[in-house]
Amino acid sequence: MNIHEYQTKELLKNYDVTVPAGRVAHTISHAGSVAEDIGGSRWVVKAQIHAGGRGKGGGIKLADSIEEVQKLSDQMIGSRLVTHQTDNTGHLVQRVLVEQAFNIEKEFYLGLIINRSSQRITLIASSSGGMDIEEVARETPEKVIKEIVDPAVGLHEFQCRKVCARIGLVDKHMQAGVKLMKRFYRCFRDKDALLAEINPLALVEGDRLVALDAKMTFDDNALFRHPDITDLRDFDEEDSKEIEASGHGLNYIALDGNVGCIVNGAGLAMATMDSIALHGGRPANFLDVGGGASPEKIANAFRIVLEDPSVKGILLNIFAGINRCDWIANGIVQAIRDQEIRVPVVVRLAGTNVEQGWVILEESGLEYIKATKLDTAAKKIIEVINEKEQ
Amino acid sequence: MSVFVGKNSKVIFQGFTGQHASFHAEEAIKGGTKVVGGVTPGKGGSTHLGLPVFHTMEAAMQETGADVSAIFVPPAFAADAIMEAIDAHIKIIVVIADGIPVQDMVRVKRYLIGHEAIIIGPNTPGIITPGECKVGIMPSHIYKPGHIGVVSRSGTLNYEAVEQMTERDLGQSTSVGIGGDPVNGCDFITVLNAFEKDPETDAVVMIGEIGGPQEVDAALWAQTNMSKPIISFVAGISAPPGRRMGHAGALISGDADTAEVKMNRMEELGMHVVRNPADIGETVEQVLSQLKSKSTKQAVTV
Repeated sequence: MNIHEYQTKELLKNYDVTVPAGRVAHTISHAGSVAEDIGGSRWVVKAQIHAGGRGKGGGIKLADSIEEVQKLSDQMIGSRLVTHQTDNTGHLVQRVLVEQAFNIEKEFYLGLIINRSSQRITLIASSSGGMDIEEVARETPEKVIKEIVDPAVGLHEFQCRKVCARIGLVDKHMQAGVKLMKRFYRCFRDKDALLAEINPLALVEGDRLVALDAKMTFDDNALFRHPDITDLRDFDEEDSKEIEASGHGLNYIALDGNVGCIVNGAGLAMATMDSIALHGGRPANFLDVGGGASPEKIANAFRIVLEDPSVKGILLNIFAGINRCDWIANGIVQAIRDQEIRVPVVVRLAGTNVEQGWVILEESGLEYIKATKLDTAAKKIIEVINEKEQ
Repeated sequence: MSVFVGKNSKVIFQGFTGQHASFHAEEAIKGGTKVVGGVTPGKGGSTHLGLPVFHTMEAAMQETGADVSAIFVPPAFAADAIMEAIDAHIKIIVVIADGIPVQDMVRVKRYLIGHEAIIIGPNTPGIITPGECKVGIMPSHIYKPGHIGVVSRSGTLNYEAVEQMTERDLGQSTSVGIGGDPVNGCDFITVLNAFEKDPETDAVVMIGEIGGPQEVDAALWAQTNMSKPIISFVAGISAPPGRRMGHAGALISGDADTAEVKMNRMEELGMHVVRNPADIGETVEQVLSQLKSKSTKQAVTV
């Protein structure tokens, strides 16, 4: 689960990480009064959406007067912000973060991830602040410093000193750097984060280290023990169909093709998409119905896939393990009977009770195309879609 | 012979009296697996499915001398159950649960250091040595005793590959699901190493997916440490970056995470990479016949 920048900053503030003075505003007048409260003569207005790349997309701007803060907020709030991380319709900006602006002396990158090679939390730092760390790693890998954390003892001060020394956070700034890294790590560990970034971490006037931008991603599987984090979820930032699907126990991800996919198991779902792509088709979605695929689940899966107007055919691929094909077949019959299926459907069944499954489908009199193998199923759905389109 | 579990394995179920554990314990017993009892804290001293129930793993180990544990407890409590099993000095721990917090697994892996246990999973259908021992939730009828080792991150894709093999009369020595989580109990290398040492395994099918370095790490390791051929597939060539494809670990977060990059690298390192998931069985057949015609290992491109 992702949260907004202003939420991440409030969280980090609770861990004594210094963030700029600022508040979130939903209206233009509120944005103005926030700027007045902060004081000073220069502010930053930042559109709050979950996607990155906001600066280049015009979602982060400097203001030299209260009027300008209001003008920029007026432009941003209610607009749709397009960045390289959004689709071309962008995200609706519903709020802006108004903050004090700083004169920056030096910028750094600070990140925490779960490193999949070491299988441990890893601190990542770089003297190339404000840049995409993937890009820094590609262009100048020597500038990316990594320090692996032993979960039994946590992030140690000597490790932070090592990192500080290597990114040039030295002299009188080293102690502040060490403290900040330890606080950042504690927040990451306490809240079951998967990814956290302070980018840039800036050395500003008055020798202060300030987290100018920050983002965090949390482990969905650990939210049960973090009601405070769960409360920060912004459903408007998520795909409404994906939310609806997850409410039915389905894992759905929209893609841009025209072959709707309904599959059990994440690996088989990916392999089914791959097979479609391999035969020249384009999958419209990833959909995993999971282990206990009840008739209701199958029916909901059909409905959700068919809500996508670009879907021209459906490939249903079930390899029954703990499921049984006869049970799945009943689900298909119920789904197709209860809703109008406007596109051809290819059904591939395999595994437990497969023969009974086919008998149920044949006796139901439903219109569907039978396939027994993954490969033929993928070929058939592409063929029928192509025939129809000609 | 087989790897990790076989006809002499004694299996304990943690979370024994739950609905899923009961169902799968019964299925395993029907197939000939030696289930020796289970643990449900608070229900020690009773019997379930005609087998003894213990309060703790310590007691279960003392009474039964089990060597394999099947953990069926819910994700929130799974890390504690795994550590209890490690502490009790069990050899093989199979964790079915899907949804264990990642940082819990990070701590479990730290706790494992200095212990001999091998953790299979989490988020796995489990492990099966066909005809001998099944610890998990897979449909045992699709498997057949034989000489192909199978190791995969995905469950249903494992079934798909196994069915393609069984259809061609190519049985399996053991099939291991290492699970779809970003931090798993054991990696491909641990399983490949066991297959390399198993005299009954002639070749290995390795099924990976997008996200993480472990497929390429395995290929690098295998290049110098494996004499047996490895047929491999990586799912997710059509998956978009930045999206978690069902499995917590199936996420393209960098260039090296894509299926394309992984498969190219694995091929360079000498694995028989299958590009079409429907061709796994056929490729195994080809590789085996090449193996028979020439007793020495040689590089073949598929």
